[in-house]
Amino acid sequence: MKQTSLRRPQWIRRALAAGLSALPLLVAAGCKEQYPQSALHPQTEYSDQLHQLLLTILRWEVGIFVVVELALLVAVLRFRARPGREVPNQHHGHTGVEVAWTLAPAIILAFIGVPTVYTIFRTQAPAPPDALTVEVVGHQWWWEFRYPEYGIVTASDLHLPAGRTVNLKMTSQDVIHSFWLPQLCGKRDVLPGRTTYIWFKPVTPGLYRGQCAELCGASHANMRMQALVETPEGFEAWVQAQQAPPAAPADSLSALGRQTFTQGLCIACHTITGVSAGVVGPNLNHVGSRLTLAGGMMPLTDENLRRWLENPPAHKPGSLMPFQGLTPQQLDALTAYLRGLK
Amino acid sequence: MATATAELHAARAHGESGLWSWVTTVDHKRIGILYFVTAFIFFLAGGLEAVIIRLQLMRPENTLVGAEAFNQLFTMHATTMVFLALMPLSASFFNFVVPLQLGARDVAFPRLNAFSYWVFLLGGIFLNLSFVFGGAPDAGWFGYANLTAKQFNPGHGIDFWAISLQILGIASLAAGFNFIVTIINMRAPGMGFMRMPVFCWMTLVTSFLIVLAFPVITVALVFLMFDRLVGTHFYNVAAGGDVLLWQHLFWVFGHPEVYILILPAMGIVSEVLPSFSRKPLFGYPFVVYSGIFIGVLGFGVWSHHMFAVGLGPVADSFFAVATMLIAIPTGVKIFNWIGTLWGGSIRFTSAMLFAIGFIAMFIMGGLSGIMHASPPTDLQQTDTYFVVAHIHYVLYGGTIMGIFAGIYYWFPKVTGRLLNETLGKLHFWFNLIAFNLTFFPMHFVGLLGMPRRVYTYSPGMGFEGYNVASTVGALLLAASVLFLIVNILTSVRGGKVAGHDPWDARTLEWSIPSPPPPYNFARIPQVVHRDDLWESKRAGKPALQGEAAGVHMPSPSYWPPVAALGVTLALAGLFFNIWVTVAGVAILFVGVYSWALEPPSH
Repeated sequence: MKQTSLRRPQWIRRALAAGLSALPLLVAAGCKEQYPQSALHPQTEYSDQLHQLLLTILRWEVGIFVVVELALLVAVLRFRARPGREVPNQHHGHTGVEVAWTLAPAIILAFIGVPTVYTIFRTQAPAPPDALTVEVVGHQWWWEFRYPEYGIVTASDLHLPAGRTVNLKMTSQDVIHSFWLPQLCGKRDVLPGRTTYIWFKPVTPGLYRGQCAELCGASHANMRMQALVETPEGFEAWVQAQQAPPAAPADSLSALGRQTFTQGLCIACHTITGVSAGVVGPNLNHVGSRLTLAGGMMPLTDENLRRWLENPPAHKPGSLMPFQGLTPQQLDALTAYLRGLK
Repeated sequence: MATATAELHAARAHGESGLWSWVTTVDHKRIGILYFVTAFIFFLAGGLEAVIIRLQLMRPENTLVGAEAFNQLFTMHATTMVFLALMPLSASFFNFVVPLQLGARDVAFPRLNAFSYWVFLLGGIFLNLSFVFGGAPDAGWFGYANLTAKQFNPGHGIDFWAISLQILGIASLAAGFNFIVTIINMRAPGMGFMRMPVFCWMTLVTSFLIVLAFPVITVALVFLMFDRLVGTHFYNVAAGGDVLLWQHLFWVFGHPEVYILILPAMGIVSEVLPSFSRKPLFGYPFVVYSGIFIGVLGFGVWSHHMFAVGLGPVADSFFAVATMLIAIPTGVKIFNWIGTLWGGSIRFTSAMLFAIGFIAMFIMGGLSGIMHASPPTDLQQTDTYFVVAHIHYVLYGGTIMGIFAGIYYWFPKVTGRLLNETLGKLHFWFNLIAFNLTFFPMHFVGLLGMPRRVYTYSPGMGFEGYNVASTVGALLLAASVLFLIVNILTSVRGGKVAGHDPWDARTLEWSIPSPPPPYNFARIPQVVHRDDLWESKRAGKPALQGEAAGVHMPSPSYWPPVAALGVTLALAGLFFNIWVTVAGVAILFVGVYSWALEPPSH
């Protein structure tokens, strides 16, 4: 008995050392570029709070893991049956030991529980009043972003100014989605008939990937997005470009494209100010300036756009945008027109 | 003369041999075997679904299955594993083992027991018929509203799902009540609650969880059915309904359900460890009380599945702390298991290896559980592969490993033959390594940003290597089950004869022949100690009971399966043909009345 109590501190120290040395392995699993959607590479104070809490918990847990698994291993190796060994002592238990190993986890849990509650209240405090409000609307299967302050409506690419807190005010048009930009913030569900919030302050300009995290139907995996954090000047320039009216067709091909747009089914679902007023699909005023298309599924290139327009459900299962049987010429024209909507 | 009477009665109770005797049996041991074989087949089906899922995810932008099929596969994988494999595998142990451990001749309601099995079988078949009739359910095993609404899910998959879960719920409720009554009333004289084997205790706690939790999901499913079939608006936001109503109801059921899945395995392990350490369970009362404590707390933590919903800081804090509290009784159990090993004389049989593997893997699952018990960290982990890793460490590393331990442990009692130990050990090591290769990388790929339930992912996200490892692991894991199947098939007839007590065990089931006679105990034992058999062996009393004469046993009956068919048709007809429902109700009526009027024995 005396021996074990003497040995215990050493055990704990050894276990902690092992635990701490394992940590960097996990954290340094790779650089940010290698894992563009990683939750282990926080880029805002908000996501860093979540991450620091994870590390606190992990430190304790690696220690517990090592101690308990070692105890199991020692028991199994040390007390294996040997020939000629008598029936072991029929030991039924020990109340003191029971009390000790009931209290020990309780104390460790306090070290996890207190920072947990602290972080909960910090991350869920009301947003500062000067925050930029962006309304997020979940759709099957794309994200809509509205900037009431600027009168901008866009999709899939979330433009944010560095250095200003952004408050996302989120709801869903159909089923439940979950907004997740791992490096900027945690998840927050986006529910029909309810409004949820999440706020954070992006600091470093760059591109941050995210996607819907709640099963929302056939193309749940294709409901992606990216946040483009820009310098205040860059963001201002983007705002001004977005506030301009949509560009008129620049050439005859684009003009034919607009004609195809207005004479086909497109106008039923899409808005291009001055041309159509549909609200089912994404606003297309400046679709040509986006980096991705089809809910962040693919990079916006002429080739991808044309393939997409030809048969949307073939690329995005369940897509509400139907196959329209457009001719090759119509496809060329429509592609040229939409690409021109910078 | 006396022997002749015994044989006569034995023949009646056992029915004759042949298929019909299995259909009409009310013997808890044969029902246990039926549960096992059926649930094992469903387990293989669920495993096959998992293998297809893993093959699809092996490479980015793979096209083995499409998005719709993928959603059906993971929905059916989870629904099958939870309701058609793990729960009924546990039920097979309840059925076979509990009456034997209690020193009873059967469960309290033998025909109700048969009814539970047949309802389970028909419900399971009905759910899987959806693959043939217009597509399986595809909204996840948790079926969140309003993705299950007619508007977003016009096919019949969700109807199949909602109705078969209710059919299966009837089976579970009937079994739950049956085992509560059995355990409370049918313990042998002298077996006070604190002398009862821990497996019976965990069965009792699980049964209470079942009868308290299943009504909640029944309510949720009835609302869903009304929404879909009649046009009510429980979950319809546009008409003033609320999608979160489903989530609360589902998880008030769903979290206790997790304990319904794990507590029986904990009970199995608590039997296996003492037998092969040749020591009593360390801290028996603490193991029992912590099992009860886990069961009670399980009803107060449901919202930890909903941390991302945004319930507010007060609710999040409450559910976080409540969830963390569960770590205490769970830890107490683990420490007591290690305490049982400590100072013992450990024999590494296959059963023991699986029991030790259970502890080692369950520690992992428990610790990762604490990580998402903390809402802020959960906001990065929920709905990612991290949680997939966690639940498989708990439900495979825990429950399935525990069930494997139980198979190797009680197989000799069921069949009278030992399983091959070499194959058993191969099975264990193969299984342990493949399991970790499959699920350990999922922790990382989840933290690195891979969400769950995605049929595809882009290259360049850093997910590739982890997914290849998981897929290779899953294939090996599927292959490792072959060791068990081959072992069972060859040992059931050709295994070494076990004798009544091959493990020098401690509880009453090892005091009767293997396989046990239909009446189990020739005379009902008088229990004096906790590990009564062990104590009487030490005291030099003869362990094996003699032959019985004139034991009165209930007769076989075909009314339970008839009533089960009636229940299934009555519910199944609701969405495709009302006349099937009418016929089902008529059959149920006939079945229940004939059952009620039938004398208990010839």
